[in-house]
Amino acid sequence: MTATDSTSTSTDRRPRRVPVRTARFSRLLDLRLLAVCAGAVVVGLVAAALSVSVGEFPIPLGDVVATLVGTGTRSDEFIIIGLRLPRALVGLGCGMALGLSGLILQTLVRNPLAAPDIIGVTGGASLTGVAILVLGAPAALLPVGAFAGAVASATLIYALAWRGGLSPFRLVLIGIALAAAATAGTQYLLVVGELIDVQRAAVWLIGSLNGVTWEEFWPLAVGLVILLPAAAGLARSLDALSLGEDSALALGVTVQRARLGLVVVAAGLAAFAVAAAGPIGFVAFIAPHIARRLTGLTGAAVLPAVALVGGVLVMVCDLVARLVLAPIELPVGTVTSVVGAPFFLYLLHRANRPARGG
Amino acid sequence: MTATTATSAEERTAPPLATGTARAAGLVGGLVLLVVAVLLSLAVGALPVSPAQVITAFTDYAGTDAHVAVRELRLPRTLIGLAVGAALGAAGTVIQGVTRNPLADPGILGIEAGAAFAVVTAIYILGITTTAGYTPFALLGAGVAAVVVYALGASGRAAASPVTLALAGAAVAALLISLTSALALLDSGTLDAFRFWVVGALSGRDLGTLAGAVPFLGAGLLLALYSTRALNALALGEDVARSLGQRVALTRVLAALAVVGCAGGAVAVAGPIGFVGLVVPHAARALVGPDYRWLMPYAMVLGPVLLLVADVLGRVLVSPGELQVGIVMAVIGAPVFIWLVRRGRLAQL
Repeated sequence: MTATDSTSTSTDRRPRRVPVRTARFSRLLDLRLLAVCAGAVVVGLVAAALSVSVGEFPIPLGDVVATLVGTGTRSDEFIIIGLRLPRALVGLGCGMALGLSGLILQTLVRNPLAAPDIIGVTGGASLTGVAILVLGAPAALLPVGAFAGAVASATLIYALAWRGGLSPFRLVLIGIALAAAATAGTQYLLVVGELIDVQRAAVWLIGSLNGVTWEEFWPLAVGLVILLPAAAGLARSLDALSLGEDSALALGVTVQRARLGLVVVAAGLAAFAVAAAGPIGFVAFIAPHIARRLTGLTGAAVLPAVALVGGVLVMVCDLVARLVLAPIELPVGTVTSVVGAPFFLYLLHRANRPARGG
Repeated sequence: MTATTATSAEERTAPPLATGTARAAGLVGGLVLLVVAVLLSLAVGALPVSPAQVITAFTDYAGTDAHVAVRELRLPRTLIGLAVGAALGAAGTVIQGVTRNPLADPGILGIEAGAAFAVVTAIYILGITTTAGYTPFALLGAGVAAVVVYALGASGRAAASPVTLALAGAAVAALLISLTSALALLDSGTLDAFRFWVVGALSGRDLGTLAGAVPFLGAGLLLALYSTRALNALALGEDVARSLGQRVALTRVLAALAVVGCAGGAVAVAGPIGFVGLVVPHAARALVGPDYRWLMPYAMVLGPVLLLVADVLGRVLVSPGELQVGIVMAVIGAPVFIWLVRRGRLAQL
């Protein structure tokens, strides 16, 4: 990865691209993007292997492979297939969804600080999720409730921001206000709840993969299968919108319809992620930045790298969360916040430099 | 389009209180409102107390249930409401003036989250348990957060848009809130104390904290009053202010100190309460127009009126339980914020 990096920067500031043509298909392949994606896949595979192998009952990698091909022991099978594999996959899926959601919102709003957790999409999910945990509703409702909360708050933000058209500025500001209101509601629920429920709710609020199973995985997988192609399909409009409304119009984009589509996809991705593992903080915010830094690309071209970087980021952070204070398992959101915080401050510092314009 | 012209026409018309006499009379009216709010705060609650009993609780204390409720429970929270409301109103006015941003608020801009983070750090990591010990930490946290957000949103480029500043503040607040709750999670005792503290309430707070914070609150309020002329100049733009002989950098520093004293002190006493600093300056501006020499005293009177009324509402709405004032304020404040955003072009102050 570093080799590609240095050659491309020493010869030319722009990333090197190679045309790929067959009879019915022609595209420019960005080598650096390809290298970043390949690197992310490798790191992801290593993280996945480690995360199914280490833990309270360490399972050697050989046995992991044996279990995966169906020749392992029953206890290994239970630990790997039943416990650790879904956890790794949910982490991957949540990271992908959150990263893409962040990328879409950042590009749509044209501000590097936007993310679904900052502009209120996950705020509604937190509110309904905590309500279910604290008010004694069956825990099985948690994913459904969180999903409904995210969709409801996204709809509300969109409706309130609509005033003869959607302005991204109003979207952000109204999102911030609703996020503050939702936070107040969440805090009220935490005050009235029993301490034991409140503890569970507080862990969930930070975002945690502890104890996730295939039950959390399947809805997330379905969501990704629907929304990833949708995000890819909207990539062109996203790029056009990032040039400004007038340019987008000139490029033949129906601006309002594209914005609606993008908000729906971004909110849907965040909703599926929150439903599976709670609002894992800062992934949506930092994954797009990391991917942009690594690939040197901007706009929607970075989309595949964002998904992979986000997924790998959550997997690695979850591994750290499991190991750092073992046998205590921290919520993964603690680690992503701690990783995200300095990065965030650094980015804010950079964005503030007049020459870069932010 | 029509909405925009209507708004600008509305802005061009003089405020209801345009002359000095009318404004002074309005301020007296505000003080009367404040007295009413104080009486309500002393009288309304799970145990209803008549106004006469409220007065006899101070003049002719007989130790009845009503008298005890008034003096032991409701007087402290009313005093805290007065101090915190005035401080938050002033902090919001200063911060809107110095950033020239109509959406600025110590809560939205993450300053209260900074104070809250510092207080939780003090409780958990440094083991500080006396409420009086919170104050320096709250001030420090508020100060650091103010500097960070301000550096991000307002400097560098000549005119940061309200959106940039709000987003910088919301992002810093989100970061601090997630770190704060991660800290609180480490220990169930901390979590239990934290959840009651972080909602922002006037009840269950200690008068000792108020006593400890009063010097800082007082200094903040005085600085806020002192900086009104400079804020007026700054409202004309940085360049004009400079050509009028204002030392803009000094104004910024003093204003920041005022905000830190007021907001940090308020958080130390009552926990983070949002939106007071947003709503109050707008209400005051609607009454007296953009002159900060009048805005500031109005904000200091209307702040406690709003906070005390919100606190009383919190007692009435879910009686016999209580809704913490921080939550009531969010329910009142978020719609106001949304209305301001939807009103049309976001005028720079």
